[in-house]
Amino acid sequence: MLLYKIFIDPFVQMGASPDLFVQTLWEGLVAGVLYALIALGFVLIFKASGVFNFAQGIMVVFGALTLVGIYEILVRWGISQENVAAFLALGLTIGVMFLLAFAVERIVLKPLVNQPDIILFMATFGLTYFLIGFGEYVFGGSSKVMIADQLYLPKGFIDLKILGGVVSLQKIDIAAAVIASIMVTGLALFFSKTRIGRALRAVADSHKAALSVGISLDQIWVIVWFASGLVALVTGIMWGARSEVSFALEVIALRALPVLILGGFTSIPGAIVGGLIIGIGEKLGDFYWGALLGRGIESWLAYFIALVFLLFRPQGLFGEKIIERV
Amino acid sequence: MRAPSVAEIAAGDVLLAVEGVSLAFGGVKAVSDVSFDIRKGEIRAIIGPNGAGKTSMLNVINGFYHPQAGRITFKGKTRRAMRPHAAAAGGIARTFQNVALFKSMTTLDNIMAGRSLKMHKSFFWQIFRHGPALSEEIEHRKTAEEIIDFLEIEHIRRIPVGKLPYGLQKRVELGRALAMEPDLLLLDEPMAGMNLEEKEDMSRYILSMNNYYGTTIALIEHDMGVVMDLSDRVVVLDYGRKIADGTPDEVKKNKAVIDAYLGVAH
Repeated sequence: MLLYKIFIDPFVQMGASPDLFVQTLWEGLVAGVLYALIALGFVLIFKASGVFNFAQGIMVVFGALTLVGIYEILVRWGISQENVAAFLALGLTIGVMFLLAFAVERIVLKPLVNQPDIILFMATFGLTYFLIGFGEYVFGGSSKVMIADQLYLPKGFIDLKILGGVVSLQKIDIAAAVIASIMVTGLALFFSKTRIGRALRAVADSHKAALSVGISLDQIWVIVWFASGLVALVTGIMWGARSEVSFALEVIALRALPVLILGGFTSIPGAIVGGLIIGIGEKLGDFYWGALLGRGIESWLAYFIALVFLLFRPQGLFGEKIIERV
Repeated sequence: MRAPSVAEIAAGDVLLAVEGVSLAFGGVKAVSDVSFDIRKGEIRAIIGPNGAGKTSMLNVINGFYHPQAGRITFKGKTRRAMRPHAAAAGGIARTFQNVALFKSMTTLDNIMAGRSLKMHKSFFWQIFRHGPALSEEIEHRKTAEEIIDFLEIEHIRRIPVGKLPYGLQKRVELGRALAMEPDLLLLDEPMAGMNLEEKEDMSRYILSMNNYYGTTIALIEHDMGVVMDLSDRVVVLDYGRKIADGTPDEVKKNKAVIDAYLGVAH
C-alpha cells in the first residue's frame, strides 16, 4: 500500500490532471530560477577568490531594501514622477552595490589575503550582520513593498487553456525567467570573450600565475563582488516583487546551499541546473508526495536531496572530480 | 642579431641588481645578505643545492616575497621590495617550478592571458609588431599565434592545458611568459622532470629567445650540463648565502662550490 502511494499513485495523479502537473512544474521552475541566481552569486565569488560568501543572501535583501529605501527618499524629496524616481533609484542602487564591492575588497578581503579559508568565511559572517544592522539603521526594519510597477515590471496573470484545464502563469515570473536568462547569457559572454573575463578565469585558476602576468587581484575581486552584487540586486527585485522586501528573505540564502552542493561550488552551469532541479523537485515533491509525510516537506526536501548527492557525488553535478593523490 | 660575447656582457648595462637582500620566515633564514646583478642580454644561472634559497630569490625579484633587508635596483630604479604588479608591468615575466597555469583555459587563452598587460616592448620584439590598422585584440592574437608557432604547439591550441602532459605544460607556461614580451625572464627549473629530447628542445627555445630577441634570462636549473652550456654567468647559493659568482668555468673550479655540492668533512 505504501509502495503504491510512493511509486504509482503520484504518477497516476499527474496523468489524470496534466494541467495541475504543468502548473506545479512551472512554479518549481520559477523558484528554481531564483535559487539559481542566488547560487550564481555564490559561485562567482567562490571561483575568483575562494571565499564562501555567507553574505550573499543578505546582499539580495540589502540590494532590494536599498532600492526601495532610496526610492522612498527620492519621492519624499519631491520627485513626483514615480517611474523617474524608480529608475533613478535603480541607478543609485547599482552605485551602492559597486561601493559595497569596493569597500569589501579594501576593508575585508585585502587585509585578510592569504589567511586560511575559515577566517575569510567568518569575515563574511561579520559582513552579513553588518549589512543587516546597517540596512535597518538607514532604511528602517519594517518590511517594504517592491516598486515593481514603477519599474514597469508586468503584473497579473496569463491563463493558458491547455491540457483540458487552465494553467495560470504570473507575468512577473515570466519576466524573472527572461531577465535571468539574459543576465546569465551576458555573464557567460563576458567571461568567455573579453580581456577582463579572461583575467577573471585566470584568477579563478591560479592566483600566483595571475599575479605573475600582471593581473591585479584587487581589481578582479572588486569586479566579481560587483557582478555578484548585481545578480543579488536582480534576485532581490524579482523575489521582492513576489512577496515583500524584509530581512525574512535572508533565509532564501540557505536555500541556495543545496543548490551549490548539487551543482558544485565552481560551476556556473551547475548553479543554473542545480537551481532548477531543486526548485522543481521541491514543488513536485511537496505536491505529489507531501501528503504521505503530512505536508510541509518543501522546507526540507532540498536538503535531503543534497544529502543524498553528497553521499554519491560530493563534487556536484558539474564539479571537477576530486582525486586525492597520496 | 647575435648573442653578445662575454666581454660585451661584462661591459654591459646592469638590468637588475640585488644588494644585501635578506629574507626570513620566522626563524628560518631563506636568504642572507645576497648581492648580485643581471646584465642586459645575458643568461644568468642561479644554482645551488636544494633549499639554498634559489626560488626565494626569484620570488623576491618578482615581488612575491618582500625581503626584510636589502635593495633591488631594476632598470635604474631602486626599491626596498618589488610588487608583483609593478614587476610584471616593468617587464619581468616568470615561470614556476611546479608549473602554474590556468588549467581550465586553453593553450591560446593562457598565452593571451600573458598579454593582459600592455607591456612596453623591447626593441627586439619588432618582429611581432603589426600595422596600426588592426584592432588591439587581433594584434595581440597575432602575437599569441606567433609565439605558438615559435614553440611548436599549434596542435594543442584549443586544448585546456590541464589535460596536457607535463612537458607540454612547461612549454605553454614558457609561452605565456613570452607573451609578456619581457625584458627579464625568470625561469624556475624549466627542465625539471623532462627527458633528454625535451631538455634539448627547451634549451633551443631559451637560446633562441636570448639570441634573436635579446631577452635577458635568469634561470634556476639543477642539470649542470645545461647550466654550463647555456649560461653566461653563474651565481651559486648555499644555505641562503652567496658562495660564488662568475663564468661557468670559474664556478666549476671554485672550492666552496665543490664542497657545497659534494659535502666536506668538518
